[in-house]
Amino acid sequence: MTASPPVIPIVERCQALFEDLDLNAVKQWKAAAPGRKAIGYMPIYVPRELVHAAGMLSVGILGGGDQIEVIQGDAYYQSYICRIPRSTIELALTGRLDCLDGMLFPSICDVIRNLSGMWQILFKDKYVRYFDVPQNYEDAIGGTFYINELAALRDDLGKLRGAPITDDELNASIRVYNENRRAVQELYAYRARKPWQAPTSEVYLVLRAGMVLPPEEHTQLVRDYIDAADALPRPKRDNARVVLNGSFCEQPPLGLIKSIEMAGCYIVDDDFMLVTRWLLDDVPESGNPLEALSKAFLHRSATTAAKYDTKRADKGVFLLKQIKTSGAEGVIFAAPSFCDPALLERPMLQDVLSRHTVPHTAFKYAENTGQMAPIREQAGTFADSIKLWSAA
Amino acid sequence: MNATAVLPQGAGKPQVQKEDAMWLQKEMINRNYHELATARERGHKVAATFVPGNLNELLMCFDFARSLPETNALQNGLRKKSGKFILDAERDGQSEDVCNYVKADLGMMLGGEIGPTGEALPKPDILLLSYTGCFTFMKWFELIRHKYGCESVMLHVPYQGEGKIAPNMRDYVVKQLKETVIPALERISGVAFDIDRLRQYMKESTKAEEDLVAVLQSAKHRPSPIDGYFGAVYYIGPIFTAFRGTPEATEFYRVLRQEIEQRVRDGKGPITPDGEMAEEKYRLVVEGPPNWTSFREFWKMFYDEGAVVVTSTYAKVGGVYDFGFRHDPDHPLESLAEYCLGCYTNLNLPSRIDMICRYIDEYQADGLLINSIKSCNSFSAGQLLVLREVEKRTGKPAAFIETDLVDPRYFSAANVRNRLESYLQMVKQKRAAALAAH
Repeated sequence: MTASPPVIPIVERCQALFEDLDLNAVKQWKAAAPGRKAIGYMPIYVPRELVHAAGMLSVGILGGGDQIEVIQGDAYYQSYICRIPRSTIELALTGRLDCLDGMLFPSICDVIRNLSGMWQILFKDKYVRYFDVPQNYEDAIGGTFYINELAALRDDLGKLRGAPITDDELNASIRVYNENRRAVQELYAYRARKPWQAPTSEVYLVLRAGMVLPPEEHTQLVRDYIDAADALPRPKRDNARVVLNGSFCEQPPLGLIKSIEMAGCYIVDDDFMLVTRWLLDDVPESGNPLEALSKAFLHRSATTAAKYDTKRADKGVFLLKQIKTSGAEGVIFAAPSFCDPALLERPMLQDVLSRHTVPHTAFKYAENTGQMAPIREQAGTFADSIKLWSAA
Repeated sequence: MNATAVLPQGAGKPQVQKEDAMWLQKEMINRNYHELATARERGHKVAATFVPGNLNELLMCFDFARSLPETNALQNGLRKKSGKFILDAERDGQSEDVCNYVKADLGMMLGGEIGPTGEALPKPDILLLSYTGCFTFMKWFELIRHKYGCESVMLHVPYQGEGKIAPNMRDYVVKQLKETVIPALERISGVAFDIDRLRQYMKESTKAEEDLVAVLQSAKHRPSPIDGYFGAVYYIGPIFTAFRGTPEATEFYRVLRQEIEQRVRDGKGPITPDGEMAEEKYRLVVEGPPNWTSFREFWKMFYDEGAVVVTSTYAKVGGVYDFGFRHDPDHPLESLAEYCLGCYTNLNLPSRIDMICRYIDEYQADGLLINSIKSCNSFSAGQLLVLREVEKRTGKPAAFIETDLVDPRYFSAANVRNRLESYLQMVKQKRAAALAAH
């Protein structure tokens, strides 16, 4: 029997990948074989299977966090626009994204949408695509549109590599990502079961490693982490179990996640990097792959603010399910400043939670927020109040 | 020809001058509010929808009274009511960071849905979510639906990310119209869809669109007989709201065109609230919506300096007609799809830059002024790059001011005036330098 690797080196490796804004892991992957290409993408969701099927590496771009000083990027945005586009532009203008051969900008909000046009202007030698997804969930309507969008992206990527992407290649990539999603689901289930064993400050880094590693390697990393985390007994605290909501695009600084945990909260579910678990089940691995991806998107995908709820009654259902499945006792709404999707969605979700008597609190952050004391105090008070209520 | 309105005695306000068509426009907008207020007693259902991707002809096929929340917000802004509504919405849980149109609308609803003209507006029976060129639209109607229980129907209009309308995009919109939107409108209204009725409305639309384009393009003359931004707000009012496709809109644009063509023949400049503009010293293109809470003060800063806006992107937000698009009665649904897909904020940034550069050239403008709106990421995100690209491509100076649509807290008159005056100085110096070089 092989001993599980210790958890610390795994987390340290993930931390190093997280801090590497120069994307050295991507450069190394590209250098390992001639002709390799990498395609960047922004939150929330792109079908990474297509990029993988083209033999390319998909690279999640989540801004510069609190690690870079944004100088040039600020010259492109007014003060009332969120942070992620300006730090992303900064990364690109300082050459840190040069190793990317293209960028995908998914439909999430007007800022990211317009960033696609800025990219077309600023980086003319790169492949750029705004990737639209349907807000109509009928197979014959939104599905047909989406399959055509997928086909256009598949054609583009095929041209970029110099050969069309076959159905067999795509089905093989679906298989790879099914496995990756299963591993991530195992990680989330494990954390919900034993949050003291898998703190979110670590789970976040493990998930984040999947933004730059090939999916096969990331799947193994996730499973190694679960084994290693389980092998190292850690003290169980009387913390409040919370779901974090609203952090699906611009990311909070790692210090903020740690602050919430230190304040007495176990984060048992969240919406970080939803691309890793946007599709809720396995996608069929044989047959028409575009149709399979479309059906998965339309009928079995996560819910977030960027997605239309067809009926009023649908609002908050996904969040309530997250709360139930993870055994959470409350919700922390943590949204980036000036994030229209998260901040406009929030009052509706708060109302749903209030009607279901789920405690909740809310604050805003920026990816470079430095002052954690107010957040720690607020999260601590929230955790205390949950504990008091549950004792009552 | 222009008329002068005398405001109530004792108010101490100056007389306001407007063209006949401007007064007519105001009457039409006010009448629509009255029709909305009395829709229930007249047995009509009420639909709410947005200005970009506004399917007015289609809604009329089902006898809906039509409400446009952005117009309600801007009318409340013009009447100085929006500030309180926004604060009320923020007290009710809305973030200070998000779109103020949304908050002005939600605040109005919280206050009993008293419309801009003082009459109570009915709760909509259907929210036609024409999701065109603005992400916030989706959340806006979800918020209204959540609070008031109205039904919503989505028309998802894909963004022109590649700078063109692909057949897949058009087909998707048409299919939604046929299989989702029209059945929902039939069910809610109880009126069967009649495509010939739609064609008839579209014939009216086309006539009005022809005349509107003639009016907007009259600004290519020197002096420009119109202001293509502040003045254009009055011109686009009927066609961007509840009137496109009606005979009265057709008549409005016919009269307006006659008026403007006469001004061209007479060599006259635009009518401003203080009367006819004197010498035309500067010709500008403006990108971005106006500020509504200090609309007249904002406009005055321009005409006091002899600056006329010859054309603006805002005047295309409810439909880009000046490059040839017209509603086509022979292909009604396809044409509605193309209309929605082609609205200004649904164009990608390179297309928007192309359009502005073309305007500067065709309208012989001195430069570009961007009014960047805090509320509107759809317009505002990327505008600083737009500014640089336009300067680079045209060699004309560009400038940037920041205000908001309907939140009076974001309109700083002194800052705006300073920037505008500095910009006009720059235009003057550039002109002098160019003359000296020849």
